[in-house]
Amino acid sequence: MAVDFAFTQDQQDIFAAIKEFCDEELAPKAKETDERGDFPWETVRQVAEMDLMGIPVPEEYGGMGMDFLTWTVAAEYLSTACTTTGAVFGAHMLALYPIMAYGTDEQKAKYLPALATGEKIGAFGLTEPNAGSDQSTIATRAERDGDDYVLNGTKIFITNGGEAEIYVIIATVGQRLGVRGLTAFIVEKGTPGFEFGKNEKKMAYKSLSNRELIFDDCRVPAGNMLLTEKRGFRVAMGTLGVGRIGMAIGAVGLAQAALDAAVPYSKTRVQYGQTIENFQAIQFMIADMATEIQAARLLSYQAAWMKDQGLEFEKVAAMAKLYASEACSRVTSKAVQIHGGYGYTAEFPVERYFREAKLFEIVEGTSEIQRLVIANRVLKEYADKKR
Amino acid sequence: MNIIVLMKQVPDTAEVRIDPVSNTLVREGVPSIINPFDENAIEEGIRLVEKHGGRCTVLTMGPPQAEEALRRALAMGADEAVHVCGREFAGADTWATSYTLAQAIRQLGEFDLIICGKQTFEGDTAQVGPGVAEQLGIAQATYAIEVQIEGRKMRVKRVLEDRYETLEVRLPALISVVKQINEPRHPRLKNVMAAKKKPITVWGVDDLDARPNLIGLAGSPTSVVRIFAPERHHKGEIIEGETPVVVDKLIEKLRQLEAV
Amino acid sequence: MAIVVDAPKCTGCMLCVRACPYEGIVVEEKVPRLTDTCTYCAACVSACKVEALRQERPPKEETDTSLYRGLWVVAEHDDQRLAPVTRELLGEARRLTADLAEPVSLVLIGHNVEELIPAAAAAGADRVYLVQHEVLKDYRTGPYTDVLCGLIEDRKPEIVLFGATAQGRDFAPRCASRLVAGLTADCTGLGIDVERRLLIQTRPAFGGNIMATILTEHARPQMATVRPKVMRPIPPREGVAPEIIEIAVHLDERAVITKVLEVARQERHTVNLADAEIIVSGGRGLKKPENFDLVFDLADALGAAVGASRATVDAGWIPAYHQVGQTGTTVQPKIYVACGISGAIQHLAGMQTSDVIIAINDDPEAPIFKVATYGIIGDLFEVIPALTEAIRRQRQ
Repeated sequence: MAVDFAFTQDQQDIFAAIKEFCDEELAPKAKETDERGDFPWETVRQVAEMDLMGIPVPEEYGGMGMDFLTWTVAAEYLSTACTTTGAVFGAHMLALYPIMAYGTDEQKAKYLPALATGEKIGAFGLTEPNAGSDQSTIATRAERDGDDYVLNGTKIFITNGGEAEIYVIIATVGQRLGVRGLTAFIVEKGTPGFEFGKNEKKMAYKSLSNRELIFDDCRVPAGNMLLTEKRGFRVAMGTLGVGRIGMAIGAVGLAQAALDAAVPYSKTRVQYGQTIENFQAIQFMIADMATEIQAARLLSYQAAWMKDQGLEFEKVAAMAKLYASEACSRVTSKAVQIHGGYGYTAEFPVERYFREAKLFEIVEGTSEIQRLVIANRVLKEYADKKR
Repeated sequence: MNIIVLMKQVPDTAEVRIDPVSNTLVREGVPSIINPFDENAIEEGIRLVEKHGGRCTVLTMGPPQAEEALRRALAMGADEAVHVCGREFAGADTWATSYTLAQAIRQLGEFDLIICGKQTFEGDTAQVGPGVAEQLGIAQATYAIEVQIEGRKMRVKRVLEDRYETLEVRLPALISVVKQINEPRHPRLKNVMAAKKKPITVWGVDDLDARPNLIGLAGSPTSVVRIFAPERHHKGEIIEGETPVVVDKLIEKLRQLEAV
Repeated sequence: MAIVVDAPKCTGCMLCVRACPYEGIVVEEKVPRLTDTCTYCAACVSACKVEALRQERPPKEETDTSLYRGLWVVAEHDDQRLAPVTRELLGEARRLTADLAEPVSLVLIGHNVEELIPAAAAAGADRVYLVQHEVLKDYRTGPYTDVLCGLIEDRKPEIVLFGATAQGRDFAPRCASRLVAGLTADCTGLGIDVERRLLIQTRPAFGGNIMATILTEHARPQMATVRPKVMRPIPPREGVAPEIIEIAVHLDERAVITKVLEVARQERHTVNLADAEIIVSGGRGLKKPENFDLVFDLADALGAAVGASRATVDAGWIPAYHQVGQTGTTVQPKIYVACGISGAIQHLAGMQTSDVIIAINDDPEAPIFKVATYGIIGDLFEVIPALTEAIRRQRQ
């Protein structure tokens, strides 16, 4: 197949519209959005009104019917303009995607339109106090009782938790089955027995909601189960695959914001009688930043493209997530460095970018987990070759 | 309610510069945009149609490239677009432009309200709106900051130099709007896609009932005979030094000017 | 063809291509060619150094221009006094009429406005056309246009000047459209071609980036709106008795479809920029909206009005009524203090006729220094607070 890096005319027109919206609406208030400490409903509503929430959702369900790559580029622009809003956008997809990919027609008809238009926000509940990278220890129980399942357990750090109305929850029908006991459910906010715990105080993302989801004899209709019992691992893995692309591109967007701040600064800051852009030390940093961003971007786009083509994309998604998140930390660190003392102050956005960057190395599978995933695949490829 | 919005594609003047060496205009890389006040006009037209029903038609006279601007207006939510296009119309001053647009509006048929921006960014004349209203023999309200329509009556709050004036005007009428009247929307993705499929009506000189001696250059009473860079004069005094020294010198100057 | 190309003369220097605001001309192998986007604005003709481009106008149905004589100014007033721009226009008309040898007439439309006549005479009017009727109490486009167009058709002036105010810019184009007259907006310079009795009109275009000279060669009258604060009034003339021509009009309020329901003064947080003697303006050099406090403090100490650059207004740092410049208010104060304003050409167009310009900016290359009387190259965050403090000490 020929390699073609060109976007279609439709994509270009859509990207131009998104870029304009991001530059004029989100970016100018990003600082305020972060510092206010409340969930960014204002910008999230604006994003929804722009028809961004359902880019890959089929038109019959109220979406744009476009591909994942288009969604990925949109996520990049959002993250560059306002990382907080970008994070809400990414987490929303973690509920929307499993329903779109694994839901029955009834489930899709019931939940997708509200999610696609952004009328309702979604969230994905996987992580637990004792189950992060290792999903075999998930302890939230789902017990069949007549036409319902009864959920008991606690999820933590759930992005959009409390604000979202539609949750995809990974529970287990038998903890000793390990990942083979995992089962996925759609749970609506307001279901009796479904409560929210405290919002975490974090290093950054003051306005993002990351809460505990508490299930206390919460009855969920069996019709809200995605796929069948014990096939929740597939749902979790599929969703995390998309989540990795989202995290990778979020990191790319943030790194781009850091470069966008650092380069103009280097053109205005004067030391030793000239702007610091003229110093090779600064130029080398700029070169490294730009190169790493571009490499991370291409990996992310490729992962999204592979997904669109129906190709096995997990390895490349893991590579994108690993590389982009670590590159983002390096790039934002250099952006602070280029700003010097000013970069350490809250007068300039780069100190926030620097703090925000760290998240990408941790969520949706830490860098270490990504390396395991990648190594596992690579070793397997060679094992296959030997045979 | 049939609304016609008059719009124009203009070079983004914020980006236009004068080359200090050749003393000529440098427009390389200057993007074309919808005249900013016209975006407010389009927005107001769309909002009024959302509120009262009907159709919002955007109308422009300009070169083929102006299609881009019409597409954007459609993406914002306008229902139809009409493009008056042809070399015969080129070189029109505000009189000939008003006449041509008025003839196009007549051809469009019944209308209730015509909306335009208060002026363009390039010409800044603010003459075409009143010119069109006169050609059509309808009332006008320029510098509108607020519009309310009830039946066949419209209340328009106008912003003047030092005061607001509220007029009651009978429809059909023309208004020109100021920036503060609204916040133009960003085209949403669904409308961006839908706009690509909407047809744009193009009218050439043969499609309009317009007298050849009243359009374009031939129909323009005024003509530009020379274009030049504005003069820059002045030989100023630079005050330098540590802040206290600079401030002392400035205070001295202000005292001479009897400002302190 | 409106722009005629004399290809052999072309040297391929590309000045015309660079001068064109519309990408309306290309030069291929030293042959200039006009494209679809050409508006015949003649920027290329002005730019060409070798006369390879020429402007040609199509033949006109000739109006007998000799039937039109006299120079008119259309008055703007608030019943109590003539607007400053009207006095400025009368002053300019006096200068122009030296070349035309015609009296200067003022058209005074309103209700109970006779008492403005002495002021009009003092400001330069030789003759006053007085049109009074209660329907004409407030300016309204419809009846005012009917009255003025009737008068112009009847008396045939060769030149009619309006202030480029909200009223003048509403009124003049309506009349020009009806009369098929040439109208040039927002002039900043006027002159007379004595031989052809043409009004030479100069105005800024493209946000003040270029100036254009415009003629109305065949149509009559030649109409123009003139920017306030650009022309200078003459010293008041004393003991001049103008000729007063009262014009009777028959108007019926019931026939006027537009009603003025309410007039409200605008709430202003500052004094009127256009009338301010001292203005302190802020630009993007303030870095963020909160820092406009520095500007307000200095303005407060000086008893000045606060202005702003378009960039800060566009960024939403400060409301639009503070904007100085081509698309904002044109100002001509005694002292203009520009704080962190680089001096985009459209800003300069709106303030460069100020008597004294003080510019504070840390960029020595900023264009504002080219027009500044006193330029302070320095950190405005240091200089402005120190200056404010020093002025306050002086005042005590």
